[in-house]
Amino acid sequence: MRFMLLQNYGPVESDCPPMTEWSPADIKAHIDFQQALNAELARRGELVDAQGLAGPELAKFVVWGGSGAPVVTDGPFPEAKELLAGYRLVDVEATERAIEIAAQASAAPGPGGVAIRQPIEVRQVLSAPDPEL
Amino acid sequence: MSTTHQSGGSTERAENLLRELAPQVLGALVRRYGDFADCEDAVQEALIAAATDWPAKGLPDNPRGWLIRVASRRLANLYRGDIARHRREELAASWSRSPAQPAPERDDTLIVMLMCCHPSLTPASAIPLALRAVGGLTTREIAAAFLVPEPTMAQRISRAKATIKSSAEPFALPPPDQLPDRLRSVLHVLYLLFNEGYTTSSGPDLARADLSGEAIRLARIMRASVPDDPEVTGLLALMLLTEARRPARSGPDGELVPLAEQDRTLWDAGLIAEGITLISGVLGSGHAGEYQLQAAIAAIHDRAPSHAATDWPQILVLYDLLESMTANPMVSLNRAVATAMVNGPRAGLRLLDGLSARLGDHHRLHSVRAHLLEQAGDLTAAAEEFNAAAARTANLRERHYLATQAARLGCRRET
Repeated sequence: MRFMLLQNYGPVESDCPPMTEWSPADIKAHIDFQQALNAELARRGELVDAQGLAGPELAKFVVWGGSGAPVVTDGPFPEAKELLAGYRLVDVEATERAIEIAAQASAAPGPGGVAIRQPIEVRQVLSAPDPEL
Repeated sequence: MSTTHQSGGSTERAENLLRELAPQVLGALVRRYGDFADCEDAVQEALIAAATDWPAKGLPDNPRGWLIRVASRRLANLYRGDIARHRREELAASWSRSPAQPAPERDDTLIVMLMCCHPSLTPASAIPLALRAVGGLTTREIAAAFLVPEPTMAQRISRAKATIKSSAEPFALPPPDQLPDRLRSVLHVLYLLFNEGYTTSSGPDLARADLSGEAIRLARIMRASVPDDPEVTGLLALMLLTEARRPARSGPDGELVPLAEQDRTLWDAGLIAEGITLISGVLGSGHAGEYQLQAAIAAIHDRAPSHAATDWPQILVLYDLLESMTANPMVSLNRAVATAMVNGPRAGLRLLDGLSARLGDHHRLHSVRAHLLEQAGDLTAAAEEFNAAAARTANLRERHYLATQAARLGCRRET
């Protein structure tokens, strides 16, 4: 079963400040944590892909413009907090395991090594139907 | 799952031979050196070497001997880099022993298969290992078929082998009283592998469809190893009779075409004939197992001139039998469909009510209810159930199909 584990720029459950206000050591610890988690998932044979996305400052919204030019909207966006920040695509044996990984990702450390408790959106990827078909 | 065929027949011939020899070579190596996991790595490397060497230089005089020699050398290299000294000593000791007596090759393939489908493994781990060790596929090919990066698949296979290692299973046939249970594990893994390919819905479809072909190939190997097990034959027949319908199962744009609407002239008559011969040969020879019963049902479908002209009473009898031996709620769901075909949609719907507790909010329950409600003329409720099923399926094509059905009924209501 494949799951997308999505993180956006939304508020985190802890009351930690934005990353721009962290100490360099805390930022490094955070990045190390993410890389270690990816390495662990790869070692377990579960990692399909993991990517971080460029910030909302570079985001664009594009709408087809009919016969005219497409309508391209640049930021800043009032709804920037809802934009996707990054994702992990994992291939696991059961939903429970995807939730376990999401919980682990949500424990990424913030200032002083305290878990920032970022909400992770867990979404199953559409795939093959049940084998019993 | 061949890669390229640029040099035509010789490459293909070399590949087929390699894949046939893979489990035998592994068996010979394990008998000589002992460690299943390391030997399997060494055989994989030898196969990759042969895949480039043979088509270029021609087949060696003794292909099996060539592979064993190269794999043994790879194994020695593997241990040379191994800092554990006792490992090298172990190997040296095993070399000084006289070569093991010629191994029974037919049994070796079976033993390798039983190891790969060890009960301590989940099917998701057993499948790639079996494809590599018995099927002779490369990690890259397996990774491509399952749409994961190669290192991820390599790790999955190593972990599976580590699990087998910790079970301390000897490389030998299990005692006769345990063999039937172990065979069930193998058949379950092959059944899931077949479905993985048959129900493929995303990504490079062709590569995944080949997984069904692989499952059929492995089932044939199993049947050659255990010719007198009727369930092995039943599973092979079930695969062939199901595979026969593949050309009709999706429309020109890949959309799902349900059995009732398939163009039966597209079905593969050769596969159907073979499947029917196989299942006829074992049915009635005693206690019919689940795969035989499923194959018998598939045979009735494949022989029927149309959905309506299908021998539904016979199918219902078979589902009754099947339901009495399995707790699988999907069997009960299919029995409800057969009941509806024999005794009318309302009879089928009544059975579905009793299934809610076991199937909960499963999309298949909603979609079957939708079909039966439509047959019963309750189009509003049917459209709602199609929508409910569409929202709950995890399969893209199925979602398209179900949403289209809901839309069709919605439109009909308005006119």
